[in-house]
Amino acid sequence: MFSRRPVLVEIVTAAVLIAVPFVLPALDAAPNTVNRILVWGLFGIGFDILFGYTGLLSFGQSAFYGTGGFVAAYLLTRAGFPYVVLALVIGMVAAAAVGYLIGLLALRRTGIYFAMITVAIAEIFFFVEFNPLSEWTGGENGLPGVPTPRFDLGFATLNFSSGWSLYPFLAFCFFVGIVIALRIVRSPVGVILTAIRENPLRAAAVGHNVQAYKLTAFVIAAAYAGFAGGLLGVLQGFMPPDAFMFETSGQLIMQTAIGGRGTLFGPLVGAGVWLFLQDFLQATLKLGAAWKLVLGLVFVLLVCFLRQGIIGGIRDLIALSRGKVQAPAEPAQEAAPVAAAPVAPMASRHAAGEGRQGPILQATGLTKRYGGVVANEGIDFTVQHGELRGIIGPNGAGKTTFFKMLTCEVPPSSGSIVFEGRDITGMSIIDVCQLGLTKSYQVNQLFNRLTVRENLTIAALAELRGKFKLDLFGRLANIAGLEEQVEHTLQLVNLGARTDTPVSQLAYGEKRRLEIGLALASSPSLLLLDEPLAGMSPRERVETVRLLKSIAQGRTMIVIDHDMDALFELAERITVLQEGRVLVEGTPDEIKGNALVQDAYLGGVHEEELA
Amino acid sequence: MLTWSNFLSQLFNGLAQGALLALISSGLTIIYGTLGVLNLAHGAMFMLGGYAGYLAFQATGSFVIAVIAGALFMLVVGVVMERVVIRHFYARPHEDQLLVTFGLSIVFVELVRFFFSSDSKTVPAPAALSGITSLGVMFYPTYRLAVVGIVAVALLVLFIVLYKTRLGMIVRAGIEDAVMVDSLGIDVYRVFMVVFGIGAMAAGFAGIVNAPVVSLSPDMGEAILVQTFVVVVIGGVGSFPGAVIGGLIAGEIISLTSMVNPGYAYVMLFAAMTLVLLVRPRGLFGARGRE
Repeated sequence: MFSRRPVLVEIVTAAVLIAVPFVLPALDAAPNTVNRILVWGLFGIGFDILFGYTGLLSFGQSAFYGTGGFVAAYLLTRAGFPYVVLALVIGMVAAAAVGYLIGLLALRRTGIYFAMITVAIAEIFFFVEFNPLSEWTGGENGLPGVPTPRFDLGFATLNFSSGWSLYPFLAFCFFVGIVIALRIVRSPVGVILTAIRENPLRAAAVGHNVQAYKLTAFVIAAAYAGFAGGLLGVLQGFMPPDAFMFETSGQLIMQTAIGGRGTLFGPLVGAGVWLFLQDFLQATLKLGAAWKLVLGLVFVLLVCFLRQGIIGGIRDLIALSRGKVQAPAEPAQEAAPVAAAPVAPMASRHAAGEGRQGPILQATGLTKRYGGVVANEGIDFTVQHGELRGIIGPNGAGKTTFFKMLTCEVPPSSGSIVFEGRDITGMSIIDVCQLGLTKSYQVNQLFNRLTVRENLTIAALAELRGKFKLDLFGRLANIAGLEEQVEHTLQLVNLGARTDTPVSQLAYGEKRRLEIGLALASSPSLLLLDEPLAGMSPRERVETVRLLKSIAQGRTMIVIDHDMDALFELAERITVLQEGRVLVEGTPDEIKGNALVQDAYLGGVHEEELA
Repeated sequence: MLTWSNFLSQLFNGLAQGALLALISSGLTIIYGTLGVLNLAHGAMFMLGGYAGYLAFQATGSFVIAVIAGALFMLVVGVVMERVVIRHFYARPHEDQLLVTFGLSIVFVELVRFFFSSDSKTVPAPAALSGITSLGVMFYPTYRLAVVGIVAVALLVLFIVLYKTRLGMIVRAGIEDAVMVDSLGIDVYRVFMVVFGIGAMAAGFAGIVNAPVVSLSPDMGEAILVQTFVVVVIGGVGSFPGAVIGGLIAGEIISLTSMVNPGYAYVMLFAAMTLVLLVRPRGLFGARGRE
């Protein structure tokens, strides 16, 4: 949405911010309310990057809001530091530093645990501010006497004091904040953050250091919170201790959800609704303390019925009025049209690796026990460069567990794995993918709310940028080779006609091809495919077998499937697993004729049925 | 200040507070374990139970009736809340579940503030349990001793329900794998409703039992919610024994630190939580795959 007209959003924002002091006074809006909305809006930008984009719902933002606020206020009052803006920046840095430390701890866990830990942290910061640190923070009195900014330009003095005269300063801060955030969201890092929100498991499996990116988002959110906290002190002329209260975090969350998460402007809109409604309910309707009850009910109803908040609702309305509401799913393309021209096979990571000899992967004595259950036992397994290996075995033979060990999703109980001469036993799935070994999943693991192109971009970025890079202001268009790699993968998996379709609207067969595409887009030298044909119609199978043949050129592949005809056609050698062990290994013909396989695997089915 | 009897009495305070925390946390943890929903309104339910009991006490003058009323009222609130709201959120992301329960907690708190104002309300301890008891080396408020006993009985009942009944077996199976329970032909939604009710009842029961110790105010649930979170993180999500042990640990930490310097009680609680997260991220009794 942002990418097509990249500067438009910034220009509109600037225009609205400039227009506000000319329009709103006519509507009798209190300038102080407008200023508070801006501070909440800025606070919320960072939070939206954390929650709306990365999917991490933190209940502890008050900790950073308070930290930044009190550091800045302390410098400006007790320490007699004269430069307001510099003090705000120092407060921001302090908040970011605290955010880094807290993030290291809180991000050790995900989901519910993360939420609980952040709640606890917010509360603890409040108590620390009140008691052990009260000499510095003024305890329950806060820090009075925070000055407002003034700039001596030589010929004139710019003095931002209060009300509408402070507005330009706050509006400028907000504008800078939103410009920076828009850059971050459009950068490669921004794309990866949305990948983490949609499917952290797959984001790691394509080779991104999910933990480091989460921490990045956490620190960004803390920095925004810290700066906004400082502005609160400037705005009110004193730094109130309730900045640290859990309620602050709660209000921020509610405003973001009301306005619309994942929009950057949601918190601003939400704060506007919240504060104006508060003024209206209290002053005009004389509801007194009941205003919060009304707002609480509004919030609950919004969460129940308008999931994407006000901005999301407006966006849907606009789409509806334009008649552009997408039909749920286009008729499933049973047999995808065959690519017009044969697509050149995509080079694997080591183009020079063609013609390399010897084993690419060597597993020795691989064993996996889950408690008393032995899933795999003593598997010796070697694959040569350029080989296409099939693995078959009855259900429960331990095929998927075996794959999980090879890609380092689960550590083996014993045994070792050597990939391209390097011992990868016990490595993380991220590092292994970065080395060029990845797999497609038996059950689709896609980034569901993103488009096909975005999905493939995420996977390709992992190879082109490495597992972690802080190009927060980088542009996707500037990454050499990204466009080509995504386009090429699109052609290979034959999804060129569906590039801008969200995954959730794809037909099943298309999703399966995208699943393979995700693994392919990181151009692995060894590609593992876990039941690529599962659940496909006969025609889709024919298509996919053709696809597999084309991508097998120039790379090594291992394929698990139950479709024997397909595997016998595809694979050069086949390994048969049974009850966690290697039963037999050989060429398709050897396997077909092997009495052991027929007995154990097929349970005595007659030979002619195999043919 | 740091005398032997002072220490002992703080130890007992910690036991009473820990027992209460254990009970509230058990409710939170079995709801989360079974339904997969972290109920951010749990602290508000603790508070609501206290106020329901307070109303019943005002009407009848009987503490026993107040306790029964507080617990039953919350059972009903829990069942209704599950039916009307929570049920529609099972298929939605965790974040939405957190948002809606958080919103409900605010509605509960503000409703109570609307009807009862922010002034604190007190429920006196029953006559038979008021006064002080001699423990040999010191005197200790009788009711606080009774709290430990009452909560211990409640925990025992909860234990029996969870570990010795058919329902409990289903609930424990549901904590491990709710989908599997559903596939076995057990109406898992009905179980969810009952579990939410029981969890809410545990919080409400604790709320009214605690009322003679700490007076009621609309905001009292917030601090309790935070403490229960620490308890659950320490004990491990979905674990009943974890909630009990974690509750006692947290109670003693708060109480014993307060003896030295009340300002550091939360800091120590945080330190304990950090330690557990670093050494044993799943919590003391947590099992893999329960989050």
